[in-house]
Amino acid sequence: MTMFQLEFMQRALIAGLLTGLSAPAIGTYLVQRRLSLMGDGIGHIAITGVALGLLTGWAPVLTAVLVSIAGATAIELVRARGKATGDVALALMFYGGIAGGVLLIGLAGQGAATLNTYLFGSLTTVSQSDLYVVVGLAVTVLVVAIGLGPQLFAVCQDEEFARTTGLRVQLLNLVIAVMAAVTVTVAMRTVGLLLVSALMVVPVATAQQITRSFRSTFVTACLIGVAACLAGIVTSYNANVAPGATIVVLALAGFVVAATVGTLLRRRSGRARPLADEEPEIGVPAPEPHVVSPGHPHAHAPECGHKKVEHGDHVDYVHDGHLHAAHGDHWDEH
Amino acid sequence: MIAEDSPRAVQVADLSVDLGGRLVLRGIDLRIRQGEVVAVLGTNGSGKSTLIKTVVGLLPAARGEVRLFGTPVPRFREWRRVGYVPQRITAAGGVPATVYEVVSSGLLSKRRMFRPLGAAGKQSIEEALEVVDMADRRKDAVAELSGGQQQRVLIARALVSDPDLLVLDEPTAGVDLASQQIFADAIRERVARGTTVVMVSHDLGPMDALIDRTVVMRRGRIVYDGPPHSSQTHAHVHHSHTSEEDPGWMTP
Repeated sequence: MTMFQLEFMQRALIAGLLTGLSAPAIGTYLVQRRLSLMGDGIGHIAITGVALGLLTGWAPVLTAVLVSIAGATAIELVRARGKATGDVALALMFYGGIAGGVLLIGLAGQGAATLNTYLFGSLTTVSQSDLYVVVGLAVTVLVVAIGLGPQLFAVCQDEEFARTTGLRVQLLNLVIAVMAAVTVTVAMRTVGLLLVSALMVVPVATAQQITRSFRSTFVTACLIGVAACLAGIVTSYNANVAPGATIVVLALAGFVVAATVGTLLRRRSGRARPLADEEPEIGVPAPEPHVVSPGHPHAHAPECGHKKVEHGDHVDYVHDGHLHAAHGDHWDEH
Repeated sequence: MIAEDSPRAVQVADLSVDLGGRLVLRGIDLRIRQGEVVAVLGTNGSGKSTLIKTVVGLLPAARGEVRLFGTPVPRFREWRRVGYVPQRITAAGGVPATVYEVVSSGLLSKRRMFRPLGAAGKQSIEEALEVVDMADRRKDAVAELSGGQQQRVLIARALVSDPDLLVLDEPTAGVDLASQQIFADAIRERVARGTTVVMVSHDLGPMDALIDRTVVMRRGRIVYDGPPHSSQTHAHVHHSHTSEEDPGWMTP
């Protein structure tokens, strides 16, 4: 019997496929907004959610979704208010999430082994009901990430401009935060909460090495995510290690390869296509030092009566025994 | 000349704006008629960028109000009539994006959610790229362009929705002369079609000839509002020649 005939492996592979698609999809928007670590923060908060589920006996996937959506919304609101202490508030939330999780798990009387399956993923624990929730959430994330693509792109690219096109920026930012929270929960069973952020960021960083457009980065990142997830799950089965670690190590290996290839490609195209000639930027100070007359109310002109002296490409005027030359909006001593 | 009774594109009444507890604008009154080309001048910190940002609704008014085409900004919904070019160093985000992609986001004021870009939209993107002479760079990543080219992309993004009011924040700052010229030509073509233009600037450069009216700001107030005169185009500061002990200054 091969591993593909094992029911738990089939479920793990389906969950892995959907995780590989949805994590880089939302991750592309997070990276574009330079919020790469947001997934990490939500992952920490979700630990409390999982622990709450274990304590109360509700499905941990459900409680994790609810708690991480609440956490992501809070992060987004703190960010949008632009408080100087926003950074610290986020850190507090991250630590609160992980500490709360460990505390609640202790109260629930479940050991480190249970928590570990959520932190680093586990192949055998994806149940049939888990799978339905994961499929539903992942499809929702993908529909929003692709369907609202132009709007989310604009908001992440230039928030101020997006507001002047009448987009409801705050709402779209919340949509991104909530989708990130949902994705964390989707990825929880395969990569685990501590490494989910890697699957949001590493495939995007890898794709960027070889792409030029947002759309191709998005698609390439999703393909890389799927490849890393499926390969990681298979490797994890064969080597009997946590799938989260193998998936992330494979994704990072892909990044190293892409970075090398990308550098070589750019070097080649750089040689083939030299920089286009452009006019020098204005406002650059002239290279040679010059002495500016300290405020000069009189504008010299050919008919002003001061003696004129040809000087290279311009005319100097004799003024009180020294030379004045026009330079932009002031007069130089020559 | 612009008729006295033509409708107002921008109407600012007794506007004060508070940024972090500091009054950056104090009692601004400004009426801009449709078809006017207005330059807002002033030194750094005079409040000119704040004024522009409040006009397009990016900053809230502490007192007074701004109306666009007769509607107060908080209730204004016809954003397709406004094209905004923010002041910025780069047009690039954390992920590569092509010139075409950035320009296409200017059409969002006209697009419905979950709908693909139509043929008319693609046509207007092509036209906007032509106007700023970037059509051959449409597939290039914006991060790989020069500052002037990036600024041209941002102009195209504002022009693509065919706005009635164009608001530009320092459009020529750090832009090479070739780009400034292309830029001035693009604005001239819009002005000929009756577009209202409001721009903030330090130094007008090739835009100079287009300006109908200048507004000079100092410390959050308007200190001059009228026809442009030549001294404003180079941000002159005249000193008297009396301090004889001043030896003049060296520039590197």
